[in-house]
Amino acid sequence: MNILVCVKRVPAPGARINITADGQQVDTAFLGFTVSPHEECAVEQAVQLIEKHGGDVTVLTLGPAEAEEQLRTAVSTGATKAVLVPIDTTDWDPQKTAQALAKVIAELETANGKYDLILFGNESADSCGYQVGIRVALKLSRPIVNGAKGLEVDNGVATVRRESDAGVEVYKLTTPACVGVKEGINLPRYPTMKGRLASKKVAMTQSEAIGDVGGLKLITLRRPPERASNTKILGNGPEAASAVVDLLEELGVFK
Amino acid sequence: MTVLAVVEHDRGEITTASLGVLTAARNLAKQMNTKFEALTIGTNADALSTTISKFGAATVHQAHNSALVDFGPEAWGESIAQVVRKVSPQVVISTGTERGHEIIAQAAARLDLPAAMNCLEFDKDFTGAEALKVVRARWGGSLLEESVLDAPIKLVTLANHIVEPSEEPAASTVSVIEVELDESVTQSFVQDRVERVAGVTLATSPVVVSGGRGVGSAEAFAPLEELAGLLNGVVGCSRAVTNNGWRNHTDQVGQTGTRIAPDIYIACGISGAIQHWVGAMASKNILAINTDAQANIVTKAGYAVIGDLHAVVPAISAEIRKRQSK
Amino acid sequence: MSEFPTKAKCVVIGAGIVGNCLVGHLAKLGWTDMVQIDKGPLPNPGGSTGHASNFIFPTDHNKEMALLTLASQKQYIEMGMNNTCGGIEVARNPERLEEFNRRMTSAKSWGIDAKLLSPAEVKELVPFINEKIVLGGFYTPSVSCVDSLQTGTLMREGAVKSGNLNVFANTEVLDLEVENGTIKAVVTNKGRIEAEYVVVACGVWSPRIAKMAGANIPLTPAVHQMADVGPIDILQKSNAEVAYPIVRDMDTFCYERQTAGSMEVGSYAHRAIFMHPDDIPSNEASALSPTELPLTQDDFDPQMEQAIELMEMLGDAEIKYAINGLLSLTPDAMPVLGETVEVKNLWSAAAVWIKEGPGIAQLVAEWMTYGYPHLCDPHSSDISRFYAHEKTDHHIYARCDEHFNKTYGIVHPREQWATQRNMRRSPFYAREEAAGATFFDARGWERPQWFASNEKLVKKFAAACEPRAHEWDARWWSPITNAEHLQMRESVGMVDLTAFNEFDFTGSGAMKFLQYMCVNNVDVEVGRSVYTPLLTPGGGFRGDLTIMRLGAEQFRVITGAFDGGRDNYWFNRHMPQDGSVKFTDMSSSLCTIGVWGPNAEKTMAKATQNINAEGKLVPFDVSQKNFPYGSVREVLIDGVPATMFRISYVGENGWEVYTKMEHGLRMWDSIAKAGEEFEVIPVGMGVYAVTGRIEKGYRLMGAELESEYNPVEAGLNRAKIKTADFIGKAEYLKAREEKPCAVMCTLEMIDNTSKSGIKRFPTGGNEPILTKTGERIVDTKGRVSRVTTAGAAPSLGKYLLLAYLTPEHAVEGNELRVMYMNELYPVRVARVGSQPVFDPTDARMKS
Repeated sequence: MNILVCVKRVPAPGARINITADGQQVDTAFLGFTVSPHEECAVEQAVQLIEKHGGDVTVLTLGPAEAEEQLRTAVSTGATKAVLVPIDTTDWDPQKTAQALAKVIAELETANGKYDLILFGNESADSCGYQVGIRVALKLSRPIVNGAKGLEVDNGVATVRRESDAGVEVYKLTTPACVGVKEGINLPRYPTMKGRLASKKVAMTQSEAIGDVGGLKLITLRRPPERASNTKILGNGPEAASAVVDLLEELGVFK
Repeated sequence: MTVLAVVEHDRGEITTASLGVLTAARNLAKQMNTKFEALTIGTNADALSTTISKFGAATVHQAHNSALVDFGPEAWGESIAQVVRKVSPQVVISTGTERGHEIIAQAAARLDLPAAMNCLEFDKDFTGAEALKVVRARWGGSLLEESVLDAPIKLVTLANHIVEPSEEPAASTVSVIEVELDESVTQSFVQDRVERVAGVTLATSPVVVSGGRGVGSAEAFAPLEELAGLLNGVVGCSRAVTNNGWRNHTDQVGQTGTRIAPDIYIACGISGAIQHWVGAMASKNILAINTDAQANIVTKAGYAVIGDLHAVVPAISAEIRKRQSK
Repeated sequence: MSEFPTKAKCVVIGAGIVGNCLVGHLAKLGWTDMVQIDKGPLPNPGGSTGHASNFIFPTDHNKEMALLTLASQKQYIEMGMNNTCGGIEVARNPERLEEFNRRMTSAKSWGIDAKLLSPAEVKELVPFINEKIVLGGFYTPSVSCVDSLQTGTLMREGAVKSGNLNVFANTEVLDLEVENGTIKAVVTNKGRIEAEYVVVACGVWSPRIAKMAGANIPLTPAVHQMADVGPIDILQKSNAEVAYPIVRDMDTFCYERQTAGSMEVGSYAHRAIFMHPDDIPSNEASALSPTELPLTQDDFDPQMEQAIELMEMLGDAEIKYAINGLLSLTPDAMPVLGETVEVKNLWSAAAVWIKEGPGIAQLVAEWMTYGYPHLCDPHSSDISRFYAHEKTDHHIYARCDEHFNKTYGIVHPREQWATQRNMRRSPFYAREEAAGATFFDARGWERPQWFASNEKLVKKFAAACEPRAHEWDARWWSPITNAEHLQMRESVGMVDLTAFNEFDFTGSGAMKFLQYMCVNNVDVEVGRSVYTPLLTPGGGFRGDLTIMRLGAEQFRVITGAFDGGRDNYWFNRHMPQDGSVKFTDMSSSLCTIGVWGPNAEKTMAKATQNINAEGKLVPFDVSQKNFPYGSVREVLIDGVPATMFRISYVGENGWEVYTKMEHGLRMWDSIAKAGEEFEVIPVGMGVYAVTGRIEKGYRLMGAELESEYNPVEAGLNRAKIKTADFIGKAEYLKAREEKPCAVMCTLEMIDNTSKSGIKRFPTGGNEPILTKTGERIVDTKGRVSRVTTAGAAPSLGKYLLLAYLTPEHAVEGNELRVMYMNELYPVRVARVGSQPVFDPTDARMKS
């Protein structure tokens, strides 16, 4: 089985996200970077699938040259190939990104054959666009379902499970297909030391990114106003129980 | 010239998020001095026109196709695209939910238009023809993005819990639009559904009792379960807890877990990292139980008890039982 | 939560291990009305304490660090926070096995149980180690893991419960107000607190906070990488927080420490990575904490390979947590403690690691309470030790970069710095360089240790100049030193003493002030001098220097290169505020040449003139009669105005000759020319500081003279006591009434042949003096007998050691043992007290 996972390099922020002076980016001076959480799970799911069915997992990212670090992380957790699509800015808009990805994927498929599955994260942790995977799938004429909390492949059919308020929905897509994966589908493994050292030896393929600017244009980033809270301390230790229940009564959640 | 609200429904049942979208669409149409219309997908949603008219839609478009018996992201997206081509709205707006984002993205891809998800604000001076300035949520809401949606038709989703639904009835006309769906979009329908056991969910429960790293183990969640039970609420947890394997990811409150807005959120032994906070910040009241008076969550919460959750939580349950027995 | 106070006796900034233990100790010592603040939340405000690896390897070659670590471990034990797990340092290189012998020796000095292990024995204790790449181990059963957060919390809460402390977390310091050179108030985001005392215990942020008051705490935040890998089966099965000894893989600068089911791998092998305190992210903006920065993976990769090599199981374990952890580094790798030089009552307790935290807190608390610590002499941690150039970022980065990879390195006691050299040069430098000087660094000064030009003398004095057989003993040493020594004793030598510090005190209050500072009477005739210790309020040594009386109200203090900063601070701190004394630091204005030897008088007779009553230039009478020992005269040397001071630290007749820097070279050349006929040679510090000094039993500040010891024990008490009061007088008087429980002695090695048949020469790095049966000698105050200085006595053909001994052992002729590199050598007590082994009546100096 041949699986492609598209991942994005995103900062790993703390409790407050700082913005650069020009308001265009998150200030990453002291932040680490990570694979966006949904995509971390997508990589894990892909690795589990090839552990079961055999095959290759290729990770692909469109991002700055430093995103190689995230590709290596993915390789150190079980992906077998890596493709970097370097861009010289931190972020492209969703339309441009999707266009470039679709083109690179088409080229890769021309060279290596079709991927049975192309996995995306449900949405990126930083820009939260919710659309790149869908746009790519359409360009490649593949079915796609987002929000996957379960994914199995059997006889050319990908079974996707996803949660809604009503219950667990089941989708069946004929491969080749695309799936947007959500965190919670699995608990991704961490890289091992050996995996990390081996990942340094895996070759990075580079592909050129080409795309037209889309219609969603960033003006500026800003932090929402801090929610000023004057915390009312109801008490210390178990003695506070009575005050707590008074509050619950007052709020009407306990009658 | 219209603002078109795409109604999210589940097998004919309208979602709360849709009511906010209808309200927002109406307000935007007024501002633009244009018509407010709505779209439902599938015949099983036809009956929603009554509800929709209470929110003042002039026209309710009903996309019909025999295949549209349940949710299918591609079919829904294609349906929206076809209706948009036909109706030529200036703005298309849907819910900032899993399904809302997905169908708007599908429609946008099909129309080759940009889309802005999770919008919190629209330009107050927007009239319809020009590019639309929006403020939308990034990082699950902990960062705001001001951007411009430069397109003939603006496709957006409205961030959840942003607009309080308000009715303003008007006479609605119904317009049925037969959409054409080929097999390329009919694969991805819900094939099967395992119904959730009746009861409240994490996303909808008015009371959530949540535990963090401070709980210490899977077993130590028992007192939290007990308290949640007494309050007819559910148990949630932080990412640290799921990462430790103490609870299932379905219980996770946070950016990549569930966003909640209960009447009260009781956070036990949770420090309040951003991942978690963005999931819980819409709660109407927050009670933090923490040994550390300076923990992030304590300083942000409206109420706090300083103490060890392992002692405090059982004491609250005991107090509730005491009062119940009276 | 209580109201934010507007006033307090003492504000402690920082709630890491140091700040927390400090408030605890201050409360125990009776301090009340204290406030502790931290920018971060509690119990983990986000500093280095929160992520430290929290283990203690107690053995250290440095006495101060060893005592502080042992004191800390004792406190952790008392609080129930010490989890003894044992620790093994493993060797991959043969040189490391030698170092283990040295560590065995230091462990013996401090009374730490330790054992050398074969690879098989290492394997027995650590079954998952690859013993095939291990040459041996140094095992310390008492190595422990501690809970530094909980310890800090207990200490802090203890102070709160006693009612003496209010704590405010999430409180950021915005400014420190200073008035008349004294700390006045701490301005925070919660309000302003006036305080009599303020302590900066802010770890990596300390320089930033101190700077608000215009004070300088020279340290840099630096990265220490570590990763937590697991779960690992064998560790999980141990069902313990730490069941296996901690392994320090010394030759790869790496450690492996069990934390429950996983292993923490830490490294000091990567490149030095520094960060400026202003650039550390806030708590809110940090993914983990401000001092747990994202791992720069490439730096860590080589370490992982080595770790897997040592413990294969690590390879398959998952890397669950990996950071570039920030810790504090200083230019000399020692803490920065004490009152800041710039601001009165503003204290520093910074650059402290977990292993020494509680002990240092105790030490600083004592220091603040009693005016000087009781626990041990803080000599090498004293914030006032730094000279101006040593407080710059330039210096900090250069030196920290140099020593970071020596954290687990094998550092020779005489090892010289490679960076930041040629910071200070005497006017004679060009001549010295031409004479082939090997320069040693003395707080920035380049000082010749020996001269290649004197190599020919090695043949002349061949019997006393044998090369040393062991590379370790010969490192940073030359037999030329012995040759220079003997040539000086035979004729005359010139020593560059420009690194001396000269402090001038003038004014109507100068004498009264110096009387108060010094033990001995400074009210001597003009043109005379006095040698005197300075004492701590507890009666121990605080300084050791000579004072010339140049006029009725004019005194010049001479002190050594290594103590200028500390002495400068000590005088400044006690200066009267009424303007009656003026203090001028002349150190950068004056240069000094020591001229000593039997032909010194003849040489200087030729070199010097003065102007007689008739105004004529005439030869100057340098005879003992006209110019007795201990006196000071103004002369001309080839037209250069100079001050001659008849004194000696090497036991020869002669002078220290002072002139202005710009005259220096001319004066050097003039004296050298005058001495030509006596075959005058330049003589290095190897003679001045070691061989010449030890033959005369002269004590050195920081070696024999420490605050733990008093003048009676050091043999430096005088028969008479002056009537004037002075710091430490009461304690000094008390000590004189008591029989000392330790006495400074000179010992000679009876046989320095090792078991392998080569002659060994202890370096003088705290080697223990033991009884004939190998027992440690500890006095009733708990102080251990150890070598404070070691060196050759070329004139006697002996190898001498200085050490304090208890009275029963301090008997001339008594035979004892010294341990060196884990072997025992027989030694004999040659002298008890200050009488020298060489020229006991000082006849040479006074004839």
